[in-house]
Amino acid sequence: MRKKLKPSDALFQGIIYVLFGLFTLSCIYPFYYLFINTISSNDLSAAGDIKFYPQQIHFDNYSKVLRISGLSHAALVSVYRTVVGTFLTVGASAFLGYLFTKKEMWGRQIWYRSVVVTMYFSAGLIPWYITMHNLHLTNNYLAYILPTIITPFNIILVKTFVEAIPPSLEESAAMDGAGVLRSFWSIIVPLTTPILATITIFSAVSQWNSFIDTAFLMTDTKYYTLQFLLWRYLNESSSLAALIRSSPDMAASVQNMQTPTSVRMTVTMIVVLPILIVYPFFQRFFVKGIMIGAVKG
Amino acid sequence: MGVPSGELLRGVEPVRPSRRKLQTKYKLFLLALPFLAVTFVFYYLPVSGWIYAFYDFIPGIPLSDTPYVGLKWFNTIVANPTQTGEVLRVLKNTVAMSTLGLVTSVFPVIFAILLTEIRAGWYRKFVQTLTTIPNFISWILVYALAFSLFSVDNGVVNHVLVQLGIVDEEFNFLASSSHVWLTMIAWYWWKSLGWGAILYLAVIAGIDQELYEAAEVDGASRFRKIWHITVPGIIPTFFVLLLLSIGNFVNNGMEQYFAFQNAMNKDAIEVLDLYVYNIAFANNFPFATAVSMLKSVVSVILLFAANTLSKVVRDESII
Repeated sequence: MRKKLKPSDALFQGIIYVLFGLFTLSCIYPFYYLFINTISSNDLSAAGDIKFYPQQIHFDNYSKVLRISGLSHAALVSVYRTVVGTFLTVGASAFLGYLFTKKEMWGRQIWYRSVVVTMYFSAGLIPWYITMHNLHLTNNYLAYILPTIITPFNIILVKTFVEAIPPSLEESAAMDGAGVLRSFWSIIVPLTTPILATITIFSAVSQWNSFIDTAFLMTDTKYYTLQFLLWRYLNESSSLAALIRSSPDMAASVQNMQTPTSVRMTVTMIVVLPILIVYPFFQRFFVKGIMIGAVKG
Repeated sequence: MGVPSGELLRGVEPVRPSRRKLQTKYKLFLLALPFLAVTFVFYYLPVSGWIYAFYDFIPGIPLSDTPYVGLKWFNTIVANPTQTGEVLRVLKNTVAMSTLGLVTSVFPVIFAILLTEIRAGWYRKFVQTLTTIPNFISWILVYALAFSLFSVDNGVVNHVLVQLGIVDEEFNFLASSSHVWLTMIAWYWWKSLGWGAILYLAVIAGIDQELYEAAEVDGASRFRKIWHITVPGIIPTFFVLLLLSIGNFVNNGMEQYFAFQNAMNKDAIEVLDLYVYNIAFANNFPFATAVSMLKSVVSVILLFAANTLSKVVRDESII
């Protein structure tokens, strides 16, 4: 049964309800604001009249922005690095994390430590850039996926998770003649699905969000990702305006003419939407991932 | 198990690792080897790039054709007054941002404690779910949102401020050189507060409920329960994270500052990581490498110091 609140308690509750309400609003309003502006009349949007609800709804912005030259290619690059990069890092983390649980491995402690310590130490941006350059990984699609294969944090997560699986399962498989690869595939992978799902989602989000590597390594526009293209649009107003003028069907229509602002907002929405769409599904994996990570091996 | 009986008859030592075990030992290593090689190439090999700090290296000319200059680039940091001024400015920004970050690292703790005080479960879940979203978008996207909200011509913030009479004319927040440190930390917490609180919420949920019930019986007020039960329960976790951030004192990361930097705020926003990037792209590779190198060394020293502190205080290492 619920106790009746004292007046001071009620006041305290009231205050924190309001504070949390305001902060929550500040977290989601920007997304909402952008969305209603991209689907409202561009004239009203340019005048700053769209604040709380959309007016004169249309979807021209989306259909036109998708035709900007380079944008759909950048989208493909983003999808490629997200899909391939995630697949490789999850596979590698699962397998290496599992191998590191094998006490028989020659030099296991040294190898494991030397992987983990890379979380705390880096040679620095420039030495890293020079190395990538010497490996011919500048202006190269492989640069997006090879360096992320080994993500120490993921390996720690898998190792900790596998160590919690009763060893008897593997032992009985070994009796039946299953080798390392076989028991990895038929015993470990099915049992570690929850943690593999967690790292899949985290890797995918971080691949999708990456842009610094593009800034460093790619000078040829065909390697640009959506994130980087968006950054360019935000910083180069004049070139964006020129781009709009040069695309025939963008400036042509009198109604809902594309402006640098409308293009920026729409591209931002296009880049953010995939994350907002998958968010409800991966939300429940957070706590699991964080807690295992906190009590690391 | 696997020792053939014939060997026993010949009187060979029976207890030695079986051949199969020996094979497994190296087989496991060989299976891991490709991944260890990748680790070496992308994490350890770059250290060899430190050598560029000792040459008058210009991109495009092979290292063998460039003169060795010893500690020249390290000396310029102290010997060249303009350079010294630059480095001091950047260090000031770095220390300011890191200190602000350390001081405000109690925010997620406060957030978690207050959120658990909310009685309606649905509201807790609602707040927690929605405040975590910003953590999952890149800094470029955060900047893009800021760009739209704060823009001078049609941004909602300027419009509302003008309409309410709080400011006289529209103000370009993102291109302002004042209060850069504060706005940067504000954006940081806008993005990270909800996410940072999740760990503490989980820790609080793990505190023994009987403690609270016993305190209730003794007539403890809400504040006393927080102070004597919740806070001590959180402190170990808070301490570990605090030590890790001390280890990262010189590594602010550069994504946020890279996204938000412009000609107006550059002086106040350039932290070490961003500075290294900027000078490298002004084509001064050796100097950028020298600064990079010093930064790595300092951060390793800090990490070891934090780790030692952890061992002394709580008898446990953080790495």
